[in-house]
Amino acid sequence: MAKRPEPVQVVKQRRDGVLQSLVAGVPYINFMGIQIDRRGDELTGVLPYADMLIGNPMLPALHGGATAAFLEVTAIIELSWVLLWQDMEAGREVDGTTFKMPKTIDFTVDYLRSGLPRDAYARAKVNRYGRRYASVNVEAWQDNRDRPFAQATGHFLLS
Amino acid sequence: MTKTNDQDGRKMRIAHQFISALPHARALGMEIVDIRDGEAVVRMPYDERLIGDPETKVVHGGAVSALMDTCCGAAVMAHPAALGSTATIDLRIDYMRSATPGQAITTTATCYHVTKSVAFVRAVAVDDDEERPVASATGAFTVVEA
Repeated sequence: MAKRPEPVQVVKQRRDGVLQSLVAGVPYINFMGIQIDRRGDELTGVLPYADMLIGNPMLPALHGGATAAFLEVTAIIELSWVLLWQDMEAGREVDGTTFKMPKTIDFTVDYLRSGLPRDAYARAKVNRYGRRYASVNVEAWQDNRDRPFAQATGHFLLS
Repeated sequence: MTKTNDQDGRKMRIAHQFISALPHARALGMEIVDIRDGEAVVRMPYDERLIGDPETKVVHGGAVSALMDTCCGAAVMAHPAALGSTATIDLRIDYMRSATPGQAITTTATCYHVTKSVAFVRAVAVDDDEERPVASATGAFTVVEA
């Protein structure tokens, strides 16, 4: 007899719990005000606008460093999420707080247009991962998904 | 000699204004240590709010990126051919080792080539152990002619 699907609350609680355990303990994510939104297995980084994110007050525009940081945070969380997904879905015990975070080897950011003083969103895609290394792409946009304002590629060391 | 000192003084003033006018650089506690033609040294004190790995207390790579970007931008703005504002076109950062928790990170950026429209910049970041860099960066920045 086929196994009955799990109740939706159980699934949601498990996934949100693991995501929360990955994000909540990191002071820098909190400092930047970054939130991670989840729909199924798809994660979206959200960077709500704050005055302290401004780099050029004359334009005004988001600081390139704040944009880079937002992209890097989103990339690391997505990669961690992908690494934990199978164990989590198989019902094995998964705890983001004891999980060894991937370490950035290098990170290259393309600035496509200036970041406007408003909320930004980012999604990352894990291109490939093996036992030790991973390659991740990440893209950020504001009002229009088809007009990204920055994108990046990073390589990460897994442990 | 006096003229050079005056110029240096003026540049340092501009540099301090530059950093204090950048809300994000200020939020991260950055300070300009030195600035001269096409070169800048910027320091970011250790701050627990910037921790990326709660287990090791190491500062998040994103904060190091912000420091690198600020320092490279300051170097471009301090270049005689490029007074004015600048924007990052691209920036690549290599993370060579984890910065030691509790120690400030100091970045030195140099414009190694500047054209009418682009400044090519490299930077290196160190903590107290200056012999072993924490990270290095290369980037391209826009140039607005003086």
